[in-house]
This record gives sequence, C-alpha cells and structure tokens, in this order.
Amino acid sequence: MPDLPKTRVMEKSLFSRLYGPRGWIAVAVLAFIALVVFPLCNIAAPAGSFFHISDYAVSLVGKFMCYAIVALAMDLIWGYTGILSLGHGVFFALGGYAMGMYLMRSIGHDGVYKSDLPDFMVFLDWKAYPWYWKFTDNFWYACLLVMLVPGALAFIFGFFAFRSRIKGVYFSIITQAMTFAFMLLFFRNDTGFGGNNGFTDFKRILGVPIATSSMRMTLFLLSAVVLILMLLMARYLITSKLGRVLTAIRDAESRVMFTGYNPVNYKLFIWTLSAVMCGIAGALYVPQVGIINPSEMSPANSIEIAIWVAVGGRGSLVGAILGAGIVNFAKSWFTVAFPEYWLFFLGALFIVVTLFLPTGVVGWFSRFAKKEVKA
Amino acid sequence: MRKFLRRFLACALWIAAFNCLAVTPDDLGKLALGESDAKEAALAAIINAGDESAIPLLQALMDDGVQTGPDKKVYIVKDGKGIDAATGKVVDPLPDNLEDVVIANVMRKEIGVAIAALRLTSPDKSVRLAAAKELQGNAEEDALPALAKALAKESDPEVKAMLTLTQASIQLHGKDKATRITAINALAKSNNPNTKTLLLGLLEKKGDQYTEADPQVRAAAQESLNAVQSRLSTGERYAQIFSGISLGSILLLAALGLAITYGLMGVINMAHGELIMVGAYSTYFVQNLFKAHAPGAFDWYLLVAVPVSFMVAAAVGMVLERVVIRWLYGRPLETLLATWGISLMLIQGCRTIFGAQNVAVENPVWMSGGVEIMTDIVLPYSRIVIIGFAFAVLLLVWVMLTRTRLGLFVRAVTQNRSMAACVGVPTKRIDTWCFGLGSGIAGLAGCALSQIGNVGPDLGQNYIVDSFMVVVLGGVGQLAGTVYAAMGLGIANKFLEGMAGAVLAKICILVFIIVFIQKRPQGLFAIKGRFADA
Amino acid sequence: MSAVHSTGAGEGITDRIVTEEVDTLKGPILYLEEISVSFDGFKALKKLTLTIERGELRCIIGPNGAGKTTMMDVITGKTRPQSGTAFFGQTIDLTKLSEPEIATAGIGRKFQKPTVYEKHTVFENLELAMKSDKSVFASLKAKLSGESRDRIGSVLQEISLTDRAYEPAGLLSHGQKQWLEIGMLLMQEPKLLLLDEPVAGMTDEETMKSADLFLTLAGKYSVVVVEHDMDFVNKIAKTVTVLHEGSVLAEGTMDQVQNDERVIEVYLGR
Repeated sequence: MPDLPKTRVMEKSLFSRLYGPRGWIAVAVLAFIALVVFPLCNIAAPAGSFFHISDYAVSLVGKFMCYAIVALAMDLIWGYTGILSLGHGVFFALGGYAMGMYLMRSIGHDGVYKSDLPDFMVFLDWKAYPWYWKFTDNFWYACLLVMLVPGALAFIFGFFAFRSRIKGVYFSIITQAMTFAFMLLFFRNDTGFGGNNGFTDFKRILGVPIATSSMRMTLFLLSAVVLILMLLMARYLITSKLGRVLTAIRDAESRVMFTGYNPVNYKLFIWTLSAVMCGIAGALYVPQVGIINPSEMSPANSIEIAIWVAVGGRGSLVGAILGAGIVNFAKSWFTVAFPEYWLFFLGALFIVVTLFLPTGVVGWFSRFAKKEVKA
Repeated sequence: MRKFLRRFLACALWIAAFNCLAVTPDDLGKLALGESDAKEAALAAIINAGDESAIPLLQALMDDGVQTGPDKKVYIVKDGKGIDAATGKVVDPLPDNLEDVVIANVMRKEIGVAIAALRLTSPDKSVRLAAAKELQGNAEEDALPALAKALAKESDPEVKAMLTLTQASIQLHGKDKATRITAINALAKSNNPNTKTLLLGLLEKKGDQYTEADPQVRAAAQESLNAVQSRLSTGERYAQIFSGISLGSILLLAALGLAITYGLMGVINMAHGELIMVGAYSTYFVQNLFKAHAPGAFDWYLLVAVPVSFMVAAAVGMVLERVVIRWLYGRPLETLLATWGISLMLIQGCRTIFGAQNVAVENPVWMSGGVEIMTDIVLPYSRIVIIGFAFAVLLLVWVMLTRTRLGLFVRAVTQNRSMAACVGVPTKRIDTWCFGLGSGIAGLAGCALSQIGNVGPDLGQNYIVDSFMVVVLGGVGQLAGTVYAAMGLGIANKFLEGMAGAVLAKICILVFIIVFIQKRPQGLFAIKGRFADA
Repeated sequence: MSAVHSTGAGEGITDRIVTEEVDTLKGPILYLEEISVSFDGFKALKKLTLTIERGELRCIIGPNGAGKTTMMDVITGKTRPQSGTAFFGQTIDLTKLSEPEIATAGIGRKFQKPTVYEKHTVFENLELAMKSDKSVFASLKAKLSGESRDRIGSVLQEISLTDRAYEPAGLLSHGQKQWLEIGMLLMQEPKLLLLDEPVAGMTDEETMKSADLFLTLAGKYSVVVVEHDMDFVNKIAKTVTVLHEGSVLAEGTMDQVQNDERVIEVYLGR
C-alpha cells in the first residue's frame, strides 16, 4: 500500500476538525468578551468610569452582531459557493417582519387608537386581521415564521433559478429585481405590513417590556449566542465534504457536474440555509432597533451586505464577521461625524476593496503575517 | 379660400351686430321695471336678437348691479360708477335715489341660459366652446331655440359636436318620445366621456323600477351607450398604447447604452443610472447658462444640451473605464461591486454640487402643449419628441456599430479579443471608446428624461433595475432584442397599470421577467450555438 | 476493480439516481444512432452513428469542426440531440438524463482544457471525485474511511502526484493537471471514459507514460480518446474513427484509415 506523506491527519474528531487549538482559544476569548466582559462593563461598571459601556453601545454592538450573522450567510453563498446574491436584504427583512408581526400583536390595546388591531390597520379602516396574520400572536409560531418564510421564498426562487442554470451576474441581477419587487410590494399599504412606515412602537416581548436595559441586555446576549452558534455551524459546513463540494462548484462547476454531483441541489441547500440565517438575524435585529420598514429591502442595502464580506475577506468566516463590524462601525461614526462624506467613503470602499484587496482584510493580514514569519 | 370667406362673413356679422342697438329701449324698460311676465318676454326678445353686446347688461343683472333712477333710466353700476344701459355712455356723477332691480331666482336661471346662448354666437371659438360646455350641464328646454340657431350657424366641427351633444342632452329629458329617441341616437356619435354618464342616467334603476319608464327609450339608450363605450375604450386603448410606447422609448434610451456596455462588452455597470443622471444635470447646467446669458435663444437650448450631455457622460464613462473598470475585465461580480461604489460616489458628488433637492429643467415652448386626439386624451409634444429622439438615437447606434470603423472594431473585439489584437486592433483603446459610447448614450437618456420628469440625485437609481431588465429580457448583445423588450415592457406596464395600479403593475412585470428568465435564460433573442454558454 | 464496486459506497448511488446498473452483458457499452445536432442552422452532427464495445479503446480523430466535442457533449448530456438515440449499455437512454445522472451511471469525461478544483489540494480533488453517494446530506455527513484513503493513495501514485498531495491543484503544471484530471476520472470508477485531447500540453515523456496508462485502462474500462497527436494515436489505437463534418467518414485500424482516400482528401485538402 502506497504511503501518503503524513502532513495531515485525515480522521479528526469533530472538535479538532472545526478549529485548531489556537482557533478554539480565539473563539473562547471572543465569546468570553461578548458574553461576560461586555455585559459586566455595562451593568456593573459605574457610569463615567473608564470601563463603563453605555446602553447605546450595547444596542449598537447588538445590531452589529445581527449584521455579522447576515455576513456569515452571505459568505457561505458568495465566498464559498461563488453565488453573489443581491437579495439577502429581503430575507433579513422578512425575518424581521415575521418577528415584527408578533411584536405588533403584543402591543395589544396600548396603541394610539386603543384598538384590537395595530394602528396602521385602524388607519386603513380594516376590521379584522388578514389571513396571514393568523396565529402571529403566538411567539413560537412567529419564531417558526422567521425561518420558514425566508426559507420558503429562497427555496422556490432558488429552485427555479438554479434549475434553469442561471449563473453569475445574471443571477445577481435577478435577485436584485426580486428585492426591488418585494420593496415595492411592502411599500403598499394594502399589503398589510404597515406600508412605508412598517412596524414600530413595540411595547413588549413575551409580556416583558421591551425598552428596558435588562431586555436590551437579554437581546444582546441572545444575539451573541446565536452568532457564535452560527459561526460554528458554518465552520462545520465548510469543513465537511459538502463545504468542499460547494467550493468546487465555485471553481469549476462543470467538473462537479460531470463527477456526478448535482450542483442544483447543493446550491439550493446552501442558498436556502443562508436565507434562513438572514431571517433569524432579522428577527433578532428588529426588537433591538425597534423598527422594521420596507427600506430594509432596498437594493442598496443588499449590495452593502456584499461589501461587508468583501472588506472582511471572502471565503473566511471570521473575515465576514470582521467586515460587518468594520463597515458598520465606520458607518456609525461617519453618519455622526461627517454625514455628507459617508457615501463617498462607502463608494471608495467598494472600489478599493475590489481593486486592491481581493482577499479582504483577513487576506491582507495573513499575507502580512506570512511575511513576518519569513523575515 | 373657404377659411378666408368664413372669417370675412363672421367679421361682417359682428360689425352688423355692433351697429344695431344691443337692446331696444322698450325691452330694456320691461326687463328692468316690468312684471315677471314682461321680464321673461323681454329676455326672450334679447335672446332672439342674438346680440352679444347684451351680455354685460345681463351679467350685471345677475350680479345685482343694475339700478333704476327716478327718470326710469336704467344704469349698470359697478364700483360706484354708472353706465347708461340704453346709450352705453358713462354717467358721472350717478343720480341719487337709485333703486335696485330685483331678480327672482327663477329669472336668474333664465338669464344665465340667455348669457350662454348669446355667447354661443360669439366670433371667438373658445368662448363658444366654453358656452356650449356650460349649457350642457344646466340648460333647460328654453335654451333649445338658441341652440338650434347657433347650430345652424356653426361651422367649426369641434364646437358643432359639442353643441349637438348639448342639444341632445337637453332633448333627452324632453317630453316628446320621438325627439328623445332621435336625441339618444345622436348621442351615439359622441366622443365625449360625459355622454356615458348621461346615457347611464337613463338606464338607472331605483329599487325594482327603472327611473326611465319607457322601454323603447331604454333600448335606444342602451344601444347608444354600447356604441359610445366601445369608441371610448378604443380611445383609451390608443392612449394607453401611446403612453406605453412613450415609457418604452424612455426604457429604450436608458437601456441602449447598457446594451453596449453590458451587451457587447460584458461590463456590468451599476453606475449606468448615474451616467443618466449626469446627462440630466448637464442639461440643467446648459439650461441655466442659456437663462443667464442668452434668454432670447432659450427655446433652442436643447440643441446645445444634447451634445453636451452626451459628451459629459461619455467623458465620465471613459475616465471610469480607464481608472476602475479596465482592471476588472473578466471578473463580472467585482465589476458589479466596484461600479456600484462609483454610483454611490457620483450620487453623493451630485448632492454636494447641486444639492439634494430636485432641480427644475424647463421645456422649451415648442415642446409644451400637445395634440388632442379625443376629448380628454392629449398626447404631449414632449413625449412625442422623446419617442422620435429615442429612435433617432437607436438609428445612430445601429449605424455606428454596423457602418463605421469603430463599430467594426468593437464587434471584432467582442467576438475574439486576442485575434483582434493580433490583426492590429487597439483593443484597449476600443474598450475605452466603446464604454464612452455607451455612457454617452446614457447621457442622452438623461437629457431626454430631464424634459419629462424630475431631475435629482436619485434619478439614476430609478432606472437601473428597469434598464437591466430590458437588456436581460432582450437578450445580451442583441440590439433588436433591446428594442422589442423596451417597447414590450413599456406597453405591458401601462396596460397593467390601467388594470392593477402602478405598483402592482411594476411587481407583475418584475415577477414576469424573473419567471421568463428562468424559462429562457438567454433572453428573447437567444444566441444559440456551441459558444452560447461559454 | 469490480470488488470495489460491489462493496461499500458503490451500491448507494445507483438507487438514488439511476435505478439500473449499466447492462453491458450483451452488446456494446455505447450506442449512438443517427444523432443530429444543429446550432442555428449549422449542422454540428449529421446522423452520426457510432458503437463502442465493452473494454475497447477507441481513438477518434478529425479536423477542426468535425463534431468531436459536440459528440462528447451529447454523450454526457450537455447537449441534447435534435434526433437520434444514444444508449449507454442496453437500457440507459442518455438523451433523457442530466449530466450528473450520466456521470453517476458510469461515464467519466475529461475536458479539452484541464478542469480541476484549483483551490483544493490534489488529495481533496481526488476525494471529491471518488465514487460515493453524492447527495447533499450524504456529503454533509461523509467521513473518509481508511479504505477510501488507501484508494486515493494508490491513484495518487498512479498519476505520480503523491509528493504533491497536499498542495493546491492550482500550483500544478499543465501536464500535471491533465494527470490529476485523469486521476479524478479513475476515482469515479466509470465504465466508459471520454478523454478530450488528454495529452495536450504534456512533455514527450509524460505523453508516453499516458499512452501506457491508457493501454492498461483499456481492459478494465471502455475508453474513447479524441486526439490530434497522430504519434500518440498510432501508439495506442486499435480502432480509429475519423469524423468529418458531423458524421463518420471512416473506421478501422490505423493503417486502414491512413490509406483511406477520403481521409487523405479531408486531411490533405483536395
């Protein structure tokens, strides 16, 4: 029997397959910071002290973590499978709307009109909930919808698109058209999702008031936990044979096909999964920012997701998370400090990253690190 | 010759009317001082005389501006000044102890009809038309003789049609069944949408009973209604087709540039919409220059604006190609992202320079107004001009691609880049020129759009999805496909809009395209062959 | 070789996509009859009829545009013929199956331009090609057994890439990529191998080695080679088919074909 060079242990345990020892330490440190240090600094450190983290910062970082989940989803479909979606904003928003429906219903009679129905329905002179609002007063049903609706849309859309072998830029443009259509649909009052105002003025989740710092912290912790789980799940996927097939589809789809894999099924799987991840992120996002409206579905938002991933580094999960953080941090800073320059900066970012940083920040760092080692 | 004769006649009549006294002193006295019977008789006499110069007096009666003096003279009083109604001379100062002439409400109505009837004989067409329209709404049978008289005299087809309709609508509610049915039949020839309501009134039901008792009248009304309705809906359909073609021509303009940059060169240019915006702002800039420095030549500013918007957009495009896009050939997804970045910067740049508000671009005078093909259906000149313009640009592009050396080179480069390079085609320069051409056409689209819509920094964003849809639907690299797709989408959009409203129409179209692309990924006009999916 | 078939992974796939194993007990493994393909009026194939026997090594030659690649496209499901029938074995109608289904049924194809997964290591390239259940969830759960690992090792040796097993395939030379692609086909354990210009870009030494490899393969698999390199064809071919303008011009041994007047006319011009 011929011997293979023993540079790689092929049969690893699941634990060692996901990350090496240093990787696990990094994940643990990050989890510790997010789940322990950050909350402590917010709750225990007195206001005004150096270590204090304001409520505002908590909800901001909470929001970024939702974006990071979206970036992970985008990275799976774009970075690893080579399919650039310009429609992930829709899945995110649909998850948000599904959660928003529950939040609207739990406002109860505390709206402006003190009615059974949400204010916007009273305003439209509706007498009853439309059929698709049925059962949305149940939290768990809403949670199911959060995953089911984006997943179903993605599955149907993907089924037809992938089966027709729509690829590359064509696919991107079609997803953009989908986003655009959905935005128009949700802008209509008659669609039954509050028109251009969307949902807002939420009061409580599961009976607990939403605008308290303890609820804010709960949502923050939940987002952090979900983000870490998503990261591990994504890592599990891409280190499996399935992940290698996906990358193979990106690099040489025809070879994959003539080897006997059906790329349609693989793309459909990762595409739907990616959409579900976005839906979950949207559902976590909405109670934290307190509003969801159709502008979340604007084509510009969806394209921005791509730039998060590109900045961080396509084909690197940590890169996607990092990219979402960097870009959104820059956005928060710019829109306060130099609001008129934000679009210049974002535009330049798109150009610079595509021209000079094809592997993103992570790729840049790792090249840098390699040089260090050599020297 | 006939026109001249008609004018001459009208003129002669008018002079004749001026010469006789407007109202006989006798009638005037009766009108002002007599009992109501006498008043009515005097009014009828005035209408019969058909003299327009009686209008100021009648109008004054309506406005309670007629007073009588102790000498039984009749004065028209306005703002403290008086005119002797009989002589038309100004009386100053007014005599004391004037008494108001009181007009009963019944009279008031009749005077109104009388005024309208008199105005029907006015030499001014627009006055006659307005009078006829006014009568239609509230006239009664006593206006009929005046109408008949006016009809006999009338020679203008438009006014005549209106008068006929008015006459019919009055006769409709008359007592004589035969007249009514004749009137109803006459209505069938009308193009006026008001006819429909008129006829529908006859067919109305109150409970189980028809408001119109006579079944024969009802049958005639139904028949006329059908005729009118079918004619009206044909008209509406024409109007829809027109606005569809108009929208299509705009889509075509927006997509033509894209058909070159994307269709031929394969460059996904998400900043295409912003190049349209650049063209629109160039037009705005030229317009302002004309306003400031050559107001006299303002009507012709477009002659300068068209080439300027082309060149500015083309220059911007060529710079972009040199600086960014060139480095990304063969990496379509990266191109997409980078050009999106460019579009963001262009939008923000435009906001910084011109402000975030929409700016106003005025049409030249010769482009305002329109052709009225039917009542309420007007085709604006601006839209007609743009349709013509779109096809002119299309022709230009076609000539450029098929009849010029640049076009030959472009086709050579798109078909086989390395071979073209081998035979000495400067491929890189051709890329730049080709991209410049596509961008310039986007600029032309912007120039056209500025004439019919708002010009703002977000202008381009509204067209980018649509124009990509057109190119994708038409089939990449197919000029003919682009034309059919643009026109098809334009017309389909307008028809759906008529049925379901603008937003739903748009959604339907997008869904249709998404489904269509699944079925025929190569677009309407597929390039078949072994290289199709290469 | 057949031992590997009947054990382990081999069984799983067949019931998922193609319910029947290719039946070659009687007659040829590939049977094309009167296949016609046209693109926009251009007739790429005109009533092409071709049979490949079990275990045969067939060389197909022909000038450019003769329809060689189109024929491969038809066999592997990439192009649907306008008319004609294509059977794999006795029962599998190739015109009704998709590319992955045909691949699973046992037809492996090497492209003209070597196509390997450049970012994956050589080892991973082979692992992905290995005959196994290729459904999504099977891939998600898949673990590499020791047996599979040994199999990859032996193929690695066969294609002389053992030393580079853990390097990204993108770093290989052109000839090595050709070898890797052939190795991937071997991992697929097909019944029929279609090789489109397999020795293009190889050194003379590599070419000779390939010739030896293909000759050893011929017994186990049926092999169809499209090639321009006449020396190479001369070395390996038993039967040669000459295609011209979409149909078979001549068929026979190399000598017969080389002395055929029509073939000479086509190749040397008239």
